[in-house]
Amino acid sequence: MTFHELVVDPFVQFAFMRRALAASLALGVGCGPIGVFLMLRRMSLMGDSLSHAILPGVAVGFLLAGFSLPVMTLGGLVAGLLVALLSGASARFTVIKEDAGFAAFQSISLAAGVLIVSTKGGNVDLLHVLFGSVLAVDDAALLLATGCSSLALLVMAVIYRPLVIQCFDPAYLRIAGGGRADPWNMIFLALVVLALVAGFQVMGSLMAVGLMMLPAIAARFWARQVWTMMVAAVLIAMTAAATGLLLSFHFSLPTGPAIVLTAGAWHLFSLLFGPRGGLWSRLKPPARHREN
Amino acid sequence: MRRAIHLDNLTLGYERHPAVHHLSGVFQEGSLTAVFGPNGAGKSTLLKGILGLLPPLSGAVRLVGIQRRDLAFLPQQVELEPDFPMSVLDAVLMGHWRRRGAWGALDRELRQQAVAALETVGLSGFEKRAVNALSGGQRQRILFARLVVEDAPVILLDEPFAPIDAQTTADMLALVHRWREQGRTVIAVLHDLEQVQRHFPQTLLLARRALAWGPTEQALAPERLEQARSMSAAWNDHAPWCRKDPP
Repeated sequence: MTFHELVVDPFVQFAFMRRALAASLALGVGCGPIGVFLMLRRMSLMGDSLSHAILPGVAVGFLLAGFSLPVMTLGGLVAGLLVALLSGASARFTVIKEDAGFAAFQSISLAAGVLIVSTKGGNVDLLHVLFGSVLAVDDAALLLATGCSSLALLVMAVIYRPLVIQCFDPAYLRIAGGGRADPWNMIFLALVVLALVAGFQVMGSLMAVGLMMLPAIAARFWARQVWTMMVAAVLIAMTAAATGLLLSFHFSLPTGPAIVLTAGAWHLFSLLFGPRGGLWSRLKPPARHREN
Repeated sequence: MRRAIHLDNLTLGYERHPAVHHLSGVFQEGSLTAVFGPNGAGKSTLLKGILGLLPPLSGAVRLVGIQRRDLAFLPQQVELEPDFPMSVLDAVLMGHWRRRGAWGALDRELRQQAVAALETVGLSGFEKRAVNALSGGQRQRILFARLVVEDAPVILLDEPFAPIDAQTTADMLALVHRWREQGRTVIAVLHDLEQVQRHFPQTLLLARRALAWGPTEQALAPERLEQARSMSAAWNDHAPWCRKDPP
């Protein structure tokens, strides 16, 4: 089998592969930078929480309108934002911390979602919502994924400076603003929800987290600065998306897990051999050092 | 009108227990005040109250001639994220936030100000270095450089010399004196008695309540220090309700 047959032909011959490629590349571009900030803010598990949180919204949308993409998307968006808002508010106004708030509300949300889907739909529907169906992406789903990813990327660019400041000195912006609560954290959480909602139709709400976090964490081992880490995360996500799709095509594997596992392989490789703090770089002392 | 920070019968605390109890007094414009006291005396809590991060249980912080956003703050290093991958110059440029906000351009002049601030704190040539690769003392110098860039009329320092060596402390103390000469108000939470006696003309001796507030020599009289040492750090869960509070 030639390189052309292996890599190019599947996309040239099949429109569903082209759409799947475009959608998953767009997701990689939108999710990578967000994942980097989640990781740097020590909120890596927050994406997972929010992915569970959007489920009941999607389920309600499904109950109201069947497999209607706009309604399910809107439902997911509303549920995710609600959980983010409630978790943020409970951390701000009560004694619990944000992670505890997320753990609590995502559990409630997930249980509600499973209950709704199980009662009114079948297991197949539930699997579709949880794990998506990247090869069944139609034009509407493609537009949704690319639109949400583009919007998430643009907003990230707009709030980049305050996000960086908050990562380094969490109280600084509040103090500089005279003690008032600053909006940046909420905007950022809304972006996480937006990116996950963009991914749910393509990869399912659970698999979308993988494409968000694995490239971001892997990028930590290759880049030193925030922006280079974001670029690395996007590149890793895109290569994982394309490679995962091809693996899925040639070996008849489910596509979402194939993409996420490819990103996982990137992560394991980085963990072992990444030059910035990977296991190998820690175990093997450098051969030379400078005088000063 | 002279700028000042008035504390009007201020009580700050957690879960209805006071950490700072019925504190009244004024930080005058251009004053250099040490807030001194044992662990658990409410020193950092007082700074949080002044910054508006902690609402009072009773009383008020009244700012005269200044706004809350005119207050600059040097936090304790434990409140920062030291592993965050950021360059030294970017950390100092953060100090332009009040003037430039989220989208204002950081032009050459502002960058030069940040470079000059790094020179002031003895970190020339460190601009491109990563903050997470520096020592605790060097990171503290970065925070001082950020304060220089902020150019605020009131500066609050929370244990600014705790993580640094003698030379760095001396350098940063010189900077604090320069701020005072420029007419800025400086309030610093400190633990080193000798440092306070040598460098800070005003002292607030705090042991949840003000034991003394005034010229350092009088505020840190031996009997007052003894009183501060005997402060009970633990809450009494069954303490009666404070009678000074409104019903």
